[in-house]
Amino acid sequence: MTQLFTALSRRFRRYLPLFKSLQTGLLVLTGLAGFMSTRCPFMNWQTTLAVAGSLTLAVIGSTILNMWYDRDIDAKMGRTTARPIPSGEVSPTEALILGLVISALGVAWALSMDVLYGIVVFAGLFFDVVIYTIWLKRRTPWSILWGGIAGGMPVLAGHALGSGRIEWVGIVLALAVVFWIPTHIMTFSMRYYDDYQSAGIPTFPSAYGFAKTRMVIAISSILAGAMMALAAYGVGLTLGYWRLLIVLTGGLLLLAVSSLMRPSERANFGLFKYASLYMLGIMLLLMLVVQ
Amino acid sequence: MKKMSAIDRILLLLAGLLAAYQIVFGIEGAPALSIWAYTLAFGTLLLAGLLLIIFGFEILDNPLVTVVSTMLPLSLSLGLVWEHWPAWRNAYLVFVVVGFIAVAFTRFYRPGKAAVITLAVVHSVAGLLIFLLPIYMSLRGLAPAGFVFVGIGGALIGVGGLLLSFLKMGKPVISRQMILTILPLLLLLMTAAYVVGFYLD
Repeated sequence: MTQLFTALSRRFRRYLPLFKSLQTGLLVLTGLAGFMSTRCPFMNWQTTLAVAGSLTLAVIGSTILNMWYDRDIDAKMGRTTARPIPSGEVSPTEALILGLVISALGVAWALSMDVLYGIVVFAGLFFDVVIYTIWLKRRTPWSILWGGIAGGMPVLAGHALGSGRIEWVGIVLALAVVFWIPTHIMTFSMRYYDDYQSAGIPTFPSAYGFAKTRMVIAISSILAGAMMALAAYGVGLTLGYWRLLIVLTGGLLLLAVSSLMRPSERANFGLFKYASLYMLGIMLLLMLVVQ
Repeated sequence: MKKMSAIDRILLLLAGLLAAYQIVFGIEGAPALSIWAYTLAFGTLLLAGLLLIIFGFEILDNPLVTVVSTMLPLSLSLGLVWEHWPAWRNAYLVFVVVGFIAVAFTRFYRPGKAAVITLAVVHSVAGLLIFLLPIYMSLRGLAPAGFVFVGIGGALIGVGGLLLSFLKMGKPVISRQMILTILPLLLLLMTAAYVVGFYLD
């Protein structure tokens, strides 16, 4: 028994880097925020845990499938060579089976909870793995739009589960994530420009230059902030929370304008970090507001 | 430049969370202008904490720091005067606007002695008001005794603001290293003092 536990825990530790825990955690949090912000009358801890569980499985599943498909380019980029598949710690077949099983479990769990919720969760997985990674990522820098749409699906799914339908607030929340994702991907594609070049991945900086990419990041951050404010209006924040939202959005605008006026990698990376904190903060705020 | 430690980050995060709490829950019931002045003050504290965490102490080299570190005592003192000292509302509002413009103008267009004197006058008036007004009101029985904590926060902000501003002016009172060492704790203590003081008001 102890040996089995040791073997399982060793295997889990090998798999752990495949899960991208921070990114997964943030996406699951958006799903929970989407669900809780509906103030669903049937909300209870069992459903909330089920949302977290099903989304975690679906997001981890799609992340593993992405890593399985991208193993050749991961091997060429300094930032990703140490990942479990290119480093040989996990075989591609093992990763493929693991990704398919976890994805199927996540989608099946979501479908068993609610058909609409399950469909949106599946759509997120499909957009992420098939449209973004397999079809477009190696063809066009605009693939990030689909990466963004995939990233917006957890919050839309959570909101759809809570409200029983696709509502404008859910779509606006998803749009906020859609506009946030490019700040994430583009910042990385500038920071690791040479890596992406050597792997032959078309990125915004390689196609349109750094200056235009910085401008897109700033505009995208501003749009993400605007969508968050619109969603907050839809959710019905109280005045106190509005004040906090105004302060946090003010910080985002300040950094976005500053990175446009004094462009630098440091300013961009700071904006990216703040935008991530902003997303985390606003999602927590949307969750708190229902208490 | 001093590297930011994990403890520094935790202290700054706690200060930011306290400021966020104050913005959401801690300033209800005050006149509208006071609420927005307090929001600006605690919002500045919150953003200062977050930006320090993200960029490290290097951000203090930004020329805007002097202006921002003035915004905090000015907006907080304006909120207090507007709420508790109605006879001086308009006069102090004029002082705040003129003082802020003067600090920003001299910082960018008249650096040197004029900028130092302007900064010292504006900071001193605002800092003394935040320090003395709550103490005076508590002693006169116009506010609960706990409101004194706002005055303690005022003393801390006065110290912090002046240290930072004179450092930015190139005339540090104590060494840069020492200022950076105590800054996160100072920010946390002053925010905590304000939150407690406003809660007990």
